[in-house]
Amino acid sequence: MNEHSITATEEQEKWLADAQNVVKQQSFYMRKALDSSNLREALKYSAQMLVELRTSKLSPQKYYELYMQTFDELRHLEAFFQEESKRGRSNADLYELVQHAGNILPRLYLLITVGSVYIRSKEAPAKDILKDLVEMSRGVQHPIRGLFLRSYLSQISKDKLPDTGSDYEGEGGTIHDAVEFVLQNFTEMNKLWVRMQHQGSAKDKADREKREKERSELRDLVGKNLLVLSQLEGVDLELYKSTVLPRVLEQVVNCKDEIAQGYLMDCIIQVFPDEYHLQTLETLLAACPQLQPKVDIKSTMAGLMERLANYAAANSQVLSVFAEVEAFEKLSTAVATVVEAQVDMPLVSAVSLHVALLNFVLRCHADRLDYVDSVLGSCVKMLAGQGKIREAKSVKAIVALLSEPLAQYGDVVTVLQLGHYGQLMATLEFETNKVMAVLVIQSILKNGTRIGDCARVEALFQLLQELIRDGEDAPPVDQLDQEDFAEEQNLVARLLHVLVNDDPEEQFKILSAARKQFGLGGPRRLVFTLPPLVVESLKLVRRLQARGEVEEGGVTPKKVFQFLHQTVEALANVPAPELAFRLYLLCAEAASDCDLEPIAYEFFTQAFILYEEDIADSKAQVTALQLMTGTLQRTVVFGTENRDTLTHKATGYSAKLLKKPDQCRAVYNCSHLFWQDQEKGTRDGERVLLCLKRALRIANAAQQQANATRGSGGPVTLFVEILNKYLYHFDKGNQQVTTTVLQGLLELISTEVNSESAVQDPATEAFYASTLKHISFQKQKGGEAGDRYEAIKVQ
Amino acid sequence: MNYLIGLAGPPCTVNITFADGDTRKTTTVKKENGTTELVALFSGQETVAGEVQIDPLPGKKVEHTGIKIELLGQIELYFDRGNFYDFTSLVRELDVPGEIKDRKTFGFEFSNVEMQYESYNGVNVRLRYILKVTISRSYAANIVKEKDFWVRNMSPPPEINNSIKMEVGIEDCLHIEFEYSKAKYHLKDVIVGKIYFLLVRIKIKHMELEIRRRESTGSGPNTYNESETLAKYEIMDGAPVRGESIPIRLFLSPYDLTPTYRNINNKFSVKYYINLVLVDEEERRYFKQQEITMLRLE
Repeated sequence: MNEHSITATEEQEKWLADAQNVVKQQSFYMRKALDSSNLREALKYSAQMLVELRTSKLSPQKYYELYMQTFDELRHLEAFFQEESKRGRSNADLYELVQHAGNILPRLYLLITVGSVYIRSKEAPAKDILKDLVEMSRGVQHPIRGLFLRSYLSQISKDKLPDTGSDYEGEGGTIHDAVEFVLQNFTEMNKLWVRMQHQGSAKDKADREKREKERSELRDLVGKNLLVLSQLEGVDLELYKSTVLPRVLEQVVNCKDEIAQGYLMDCIIQVFPDEYHLQTLETLLAACPQLQPKVDIKSTMAGLMERLANYAAANSQVLSVFAEVEAFEKLSTAVATVVEAQVDMPLVSAVSLHVALLNFVLRCHADRLDYVDSVLGSCVKMLAGQGKIREAKSVKAIVALLSEPLAQYGDVVTVLQLGHYGQLMATLEFETNKVMAVLVIQSILKNGTRIGDCARVEALFQLLQELIRDGEDAPPVDQLDQEDFAEEQNLVARLLHVLVNDDPEEQFKILSAARKQFGLGGPRRLVFTLPPLVVESLKLVRRLQARGEVEEGGVTPKKVFQFLHQTVEALANVPAPELAFRLYLLCAEAASDCDLEPIAYEFFTQAFILYEEDIADSKAQVTALQLMTGTLQRTVVFGTENRDTLTHKATGYSAKLLKKPDQCRAVYNCSHLFWQDQEKGTRDGERVLLCLKRALRIANAAQQQANATRGSGGPVTLFVEILNKYLYHFDKGNQQVTTTVLQGLLELISTEVNSESAVQDPATEAFYASTLKHISFQKQKGGEAGDRYEAIKVQ
Repeated sequence: MNYLIGLAGPPCTVNITFADGDTRKTTTVKKENGTTELVALFSGQETVAGEVQIDPLPGKKVEHTGIKIELLGQIELYFDRGNFYDFTSLVRELDVPGEIKDRKTFGFEFSNVEMQYESYNGVNVRLRYILKVTISRSYAANIVKEKDFWVRNMSPPPEINNSIKMEVGIEDCLHIEFEYSKAKYHLKDVIVGKIYFLLVRIKIKHMELEIRRRESTGSGPNTYNESETLAKYEIMDGAPVRGESIPIRLFLSPYDLTPTYRNINNKFSVKYYINLVLVDEEERRYFKQQEITMLRLE
């Protein structure tokens, strides 16, 4: 195969060289005859030179080289004809004389060459000569030879058309003659070009590919005619609309050749002004559905839309014209018609068409959301019945369709107004849909968009379905990449914080809607999604609290707490006890702040139940208890009875912790439960002291336990910590904490520190030293505090 | 006797000149030996007049029994070469028997001669007009001098000149329709026409027009036909598809044509045809021949 093609190339080279030699030789004689003004000889040799162009052996490229060589030689002949005409020979005679040549191809080249001089002489109207030339050229039906001959005609006549304002207008004809001539030449050239496709076998693939390659090498010869048309001064909008475009399209459609149709449609769009396209959209677009199924009409139409968009971008004042001619409506209809007409069009092309249309809308009519939505809608309609789209390129195109509005508006609120957005997104299969959803959230977060309308929120959740719940299409949750999953869910969680509205009623609706959606997400998601919901709800509670009274039927803190109760309960059922525990406490505190004792009590109860039943890990217990005591300490809503129950429970749990140091710490923390700073707070010095003493006992026990098991006492950390608690309460003015008690404790620590079994620990020592320093400092400070500290002695 | 005379050669030179010899049109005629000659051009009904000049050679005298000049229209068929059939014969006596010692000039005139046929040099036949001077002698061979002249007759423009239009074809293979704008052409005319391809199932390589001349001589069973192709003119290169129309424009002036001659004196006819030839890629030729009438117009 390879070897064969090399030979073929060499063969071509040889044939070309042979032909070029003949041309060289004959043109030499021709020029000699020209020098001696021998017309007859000159015609003879030029015809012999042109005979070389009759070859059928050369490929288009090689033929072109030969053509160019003869083209140059013919310029000498043309100059000579010009001279002859000046010397008084009638051009009409010359025009006849060259037609005596027996072979058609040389005859026509000569005829065109004389014709050029004839037109320039104005001895006959340009239009008549042009008409004759274009008509006579029909005699060459061989595609390549015909194309080059007509290309010669086109080249020669370009500056001699009776265009408006040209030298040849008037006697020589009008713009109509010029247009008619070019159109005819174009039509014939296109026919020849198309005919190339049907030479040789249609089945032999290599043969066909070779032919198509050759054709593409020749396409500019055909396209140039359109360029000539576009450059005619006289082709104004009116003429373009009434004659030029319809005639060109007629040829394009009727030739039924995919290569020609694709190329020529592109040509039309590229060479004629945008302004014309705008005014003739309907005609231009009407041709699209009539093209062959394999034509890449998508690129063509996309090209047109891009050009129009650029045009609009460069001249803002033409936008009104866009509206006037209903550009969008026409384009939109055309897209739908093309998709419908071309049944075999690949899906990706159809979607890409919509992308192009969307880009057009976004660039020209960014303010028309209804247009954007209609594009999406049309795409949805097209995809109906296709199920989930999985073909990679189509998916990419759909994603583009979805991303463009996001990028353009930078504002999901706007996008949410697009009714078909979600439907379109729903056509994507799971993975892509998710990616798209993430993109939506990221866009919201990046732009700091706030969405405060329940309907929009619901629409938004519709878009984010694949993230919020398990879709039909989705793989089981446990097969997902856990890291990605967490990341996505965190995004959803973050999203919640921008769903805000200043009106509490609306806000509550939003939260309820979110709760409903999140509820569908299954336990794995709830862990991520419910906490922010709780936090947002609590925020709402605070706002309601600040607002005070509400009108009848409005949202009340009570309602929100009920909502919260359900929400946290759902989380507890996941189960996620620690998280739920925390949130219960948060809620409890909030309820307390709202002065809702029963509700606060209920939340505490729930938290305690969770603690008892579901928090088994000792470390978690320690943390939980810290939280619990902390919360309880800040809570002032309870009456004595409730409070006693709760504090009793809390201290009870503390004493039951597994490790002694933990016990000790939990217990001394409990001391705070009996001393609240708030106005209405409990201040029970006795029970504080009880707790501290109990802690001290436990610390002792811990010390002994350490001695017994390891042979050495543990660090005195616990004691120092307890000392600090004592000092805290001393500072707070707890009468039960006396200097004597403090003194005793100080001595105890001092003994422990100096005992042999004590383990050295720099941190504890530093802590201890600082504590002592604090005491000395307070002493020196003087005043009331200094007085109280006076009694304490420090070694 | 002739033999001796022959040796001696004729005792005088004879020259025939036309009265308007300087101004009369001439035409080039190809002679049998291939050389060309300029001869005077006449048309029917013209008066043929001039002078005959007889110059005896120095020191010689010409005795004769009478001198005459004839105007002859002759047809010569080449299968019967040398045998002339005179369709026109006019005689004028120039001199009564006597003796010529010095140059002597005789005027002659044939008024409004009927010369209905044109001079023609064909493949198998020749039609010619001559002036023939004969000096009759009693003891020696006659002295004869001939002079050719050429006759062309103009015809009026035809009153009816229809186009030639015809559809021809080979079933399921090729159907064409051709149209030539006229059936009658003058010699410097242009054949204009069109070929429409109605069906093309063969791979045509090219198409040409031929101008053919058919000369028929003799009559009945002894008719000889001789055809020549005078012009070959390519009008199409490559293979057309259905629906194409190909223009025809063929200038006749470069070709050496004569008018159509029909049954000249029952001796011969010359007819012209346009032959449309299509050649396919296997060099097969498909053709259709149509007679056209050639005219010499004023």
